[in-house]
Amino acid sequence: MSIKVRIPTPLRKLTNGSDEVSATGRNVGEIIEDLEKAYPGLKERICEGDGKLRRFVNIYLNDEDIRFKNNLETELKENDELSIIPAIAGGAA
Amino acid sequence: MSYMKALKCRECGKEYPKEALHVCELCFGPLEVAYEYEKIKGVLTREVIEKRAPNMWRYKELLPIDGEPTVGAQVGYTPLVKADNLAKALGVKEIYIKNDAVNYPTLSFKDRVVSVALSRARELGFKIAACASTGNLANSVAANAAAAGMESFVFIPSDLEQTKIVGTLVYGGTVVGIKGTYDEVNRLCSEIAGKYGWAFVNINIRPYYAEGSKTFGYEIAEQLGWKLPQNIVVPMAGGSLITKIHKAFKELSILGFVGPVTTKVFGAQAAGCSPIINAVKEGTELIRPVNKPNTIAKSLAIGNPADGYYSAKVMRESGGWGENVTDEEIIDSMKLLAETEGIFAETAGGVTLGSARKLIDSGRISRDESIVVCVTGNGLKTQEALAGKINPPTIINARLQEFDDLVKAGGKEYAVRA
Ligand SMILES: Cc1ncc(COP(=O)(O)O)c(C=O)c1O
Ligand SMILES: [Zn+2]
Repeated sequence: MSIKVRIPTPLRKLTNGSDEVSATGRNVGEIIEDLEKAYPGLKERICEGDGKLRRFVNIYLNDEDIRFKNNLETELKENDELSIIPAIAGGAA
Repeated sequence: MSYMKALKCRECGKEYPKEALHVCELCFGPLEVAYEYEKIKGVLTREVIEKRAPNMWRYKELLPIDGEPTVGAQVGYTPLVKADNLAKALGVKEIYIKNDAVNYPTLSFKDRVVSVALSRARELGFKIAACASTGNLANSVAANAAAAGMESFVFIPSDLEQTKIVGTLVYGGTVVGIKGTYDEVNRLCSEIAGKYGWAFVNINIRPYYAEGSKTFGYEIAEQLGWKLPQNIVVPMAGGSLITKIHKAFKELSILGFVGPVTTKVFGAQAAGCSPIINAVKEGTELIRPVNKPNTIAKSLAIGNPADGYYSAKVMRESGGWGENVTDEEIIDSMKLLAETEGIFAETAGGVTLGSARKLIDSGRISRDESIVVCVTGNGLKTQEALAGKINPPTIINARLQEFDDLVKAGGKEYAVRA
């Protein structure tokens, strides 16, 4: 299923400037794999070497932090929206 | 001469130049200052420190500025009070109050972080100081910026204590009250920092700012005769102070000024805003944000603490624990500290002492080990918390008879002269 994913400013270099992209997958982990195919290098920025979400990267499923759901295994439904949001805002805007 | 090597990501270790940076561009982790301890060892000894003036800059080699401090030269070296009356009341052997209620110039430990942040900000060429604050930081940024001739912009939740608002406005900077929680103020400030490029002490200057809290820990060790306490209880908002006190102890140990660090570190929060304590008690690494903090300890009302993960880790790995207290318990402990030791701490101090009492009662802190309780702010700034909670003065006419009647009504006999 195709899901909308919001991309934060510091990762937009990888998405050719897009602040919102689409990806397909049944859960958040699959979405990340699909994003990596379309935008190589993106997975490394948000996941550790062992595939776990980096500690200071949050992913929200419709405003809820996936860490308090099923993490990367959180399942997705039609019209769900994901946002990738660094925990610490900032850097050079 | 600077012993500051670089900024370094706490998560992935990537190094960055010593500029106004705070987030790792690779993994989004927070940046921290790294030092050249071998070189510091060559120049700094306990004797060198002891000969210096009694302020926090006596540890300047361990602080992140390149030159001499230009802001807050008089800050720190507050009393460490051996609190024997309190010890008796609590049934413990040895308890100390580190009293930053009398820190210079704005009566909280925040003057430590602000003097480092603004001294560094000036070295980096900033002319405008700013912050997001729960109150004490607001006071300190406004005052220290004024003294340093810097313009200031201070952002606070609009429902703070009146004294904290007045104690910010008086210095003449711009004070903006935001209709919302601290976390909402902070989010807005991140956007403002990105857009306006000012020195937001706890945002883009945060790696330097946070190091200032280490001096609270250095002083405790020095004042104990270069020894570390067996237990320390620290109030937490964003969770920075507690991690930096522990870092300070470790650094003193690396330099050989104290032995190995075995201090158990305990965190304290208000029951109405306990994201870090909840995680510690539930045994999880995840900090679940509190959306609507509700406590009289407004200075600690941060629902989404930036250093929550690291502070929980310090408590866990040091063998400490965490505790939280209700508004009632906060007030009760503010009174106990005032009545036993003559120290009027703000609500945050009530949180810390109240939590310490619970930790002692539950046996997490042993009654025959040394304990330091960190008092980080002044009670005169949070007076409305006591409204209706202490007896009003008795009002009489200026007549001796009325006073005599008062004494009689009190029921206690006093010797009088014939
Ligand atoms: C009086 C007082 N104590 C403790 C703290 C906690 O500091 P930190 O955010 O470093 O945990 C604050 C923070 O605002 C404070 O004002
Ligand atoms: Zn990093």
